[in-house]
Amino acid sequence: MSSGSPDMTVDGGPRTAAAGGRWSAVGNYGRVLGAIVWKDLAAELRSKELLSGMVVFALLVILIFNFALDIRTRQNENITAGVLWVTFAFAGTLGLTRSLAVEKDRGCLDGLLLAPVDRSALYFGKAAGNLIFMLLVEALVLPIYSVLYSTDLFRPGLLVVVLLGSAGYVAVGTLLSSMAVQARTRDVLLPVLLFPVVIPLIVAAVKASAGFLAAIPMDEIWPWLNLLIVYDIIFTAVAFMLFDYVVEE
Amino acid sequence: MIEVRSLTKTFGGKPVLRGLDFSAQEGEFVALLGPNGAGKTTFLRILASLTRPTLGRVSVGGCVLPAQAAGVRRRLGVLSHQPLLYGDLTAEENLRFFARLYGVPNPEARIGEVLRLVGLSARRRDLVRKFSRGMQQRLAVARAILHDPQVLLFDEPHTGLDQDASAMLDGVLAESRARGCTVVMTSHDLSRALSLAERIDILSSGKIAGSVKHGDLGPEDFVRYYGRVIGQ
Repeated sequence: MSSGSPDMTVDGGPRTAAAGGRWSAVGNYGRVLGAIVWKDLAAELRSKELLSGMVVFALLVILIFNFALDIRTRQNENITAGVLWVTFAFAGTLGLTRSLAVEKDRGCLDGLLLAPVDRSALYFGKAAGNLIFMLLVEALVLPIYSVLYSTDLFRPGLLVVVLLGSAGYVAVGTLLSSMAVQARTRDVLLPVLLFPVVIPLIVAAVKASAGFLAAIPMDEIWPWLNLLIVYDIIFTAVAFMLFDYVVEE
Repeated sequence: MIEVRSLTKTFGGKPVLRGLDFSAQEGEFVALLGPNGAGKTTFLRILASLTRPTLGRVSVGGCVLPAQAAGVRRRLGVLSHQPLLYGDLTAEENLRFFARLYGVPNPEARIGEVLRLVGLSARRRDLVRKFSRGMQQRLAVARAILHDPQVLLFDEPHTGLDQDASAMLDGVLAESRARGCTVVMTSHDLSRALSLAERIDILSSGKIAGSVKHGDLGPEDFVRYYGRVIGQ
């Protein structure tokens, strides 16, 4: 037996010194988190369902905005930042819905929930996978946008904003998609739940991105960067506390 | 090993389990029978910590739910209506993933062992989405026993299995029981339950409405008793 032997504690963990037990728990947590990320990447590498859909959708959104707005005009930093974040948000929603639907449709969510580990590890595993997919899409969209509209988007500050904004978006999106996936109307429900909650994040990301593109002084950008950082911390903490309740019947 | 007292579960105010009492000793094999909607699956999901009880006390291996849920889950091997497998991964990738979730020591050897046990060694590198329903169920059995659990919760495990696969599953259950594993299995197959289990509990209207020990009743008497208990 792998558990329940005399050298096991009541919660099934090894009867070791407290510090060793803590390291063991941290190791278990990391192992589960890594396993989920590996599984999501391996499955996506084979099916290519998620990434191809997100990338094509993102490119279509950029093209549609090109017809709707005059993106090539000078002094277009606000428009560029807005178009980019709307594109990321829409493509991200597509990925979030699909990522949890794959788990739910085949009952695999139950398989994850049966793992003998704190369920927040499952949340962080799924969120890390979602963040990787979102960053991959952004890594493809940014150069294409730069080439199409002759705009240099590869500025370190902007890349930091993209990372912070995506992390916050995925943090709250993974939590809400794990709620929405329980409903039959999940495809409609997720955007309805998600977009009102991410308004502060999108506003801060657009303002900070536009600031870096226009090369305005850092003093004016810092408040927006701070808002992004605080948003990321708060919603990661909220998800850490709530995920167990959200996924259990 | 399993102690359940006054378990009640309601969904949207509608009671599914009504003050259910249940116990299973270490190494005991209990079959749960009952008509559709009696609450068998809900009961197993509560034992598996997938559903929170509304009222009552549930403990598995000394760990009380929901407070010590991780300790309970470590002891459980669960087979549900769905295989809980990823179609875009191969059979061995699925098992490798679950071995990492459960921290199975020496995973590659254990994966080879369980694949041999369920007769899927030759298909280990095939994608699960190409498997038939029966083969997926075989792999689901391998997943459920991969971490050598102390308690098996099997929800209608023979569904979708052909005769060979059913015999394989019976062998797995018998072997698990021989090494002291507690088994709780739901079924609609009265004769199979009668032949496999040490005790048969009949669940009706959210309660254990009848209980029979192995050998107490012959097959025909049992069918009559079952019909009487569920009110047919």
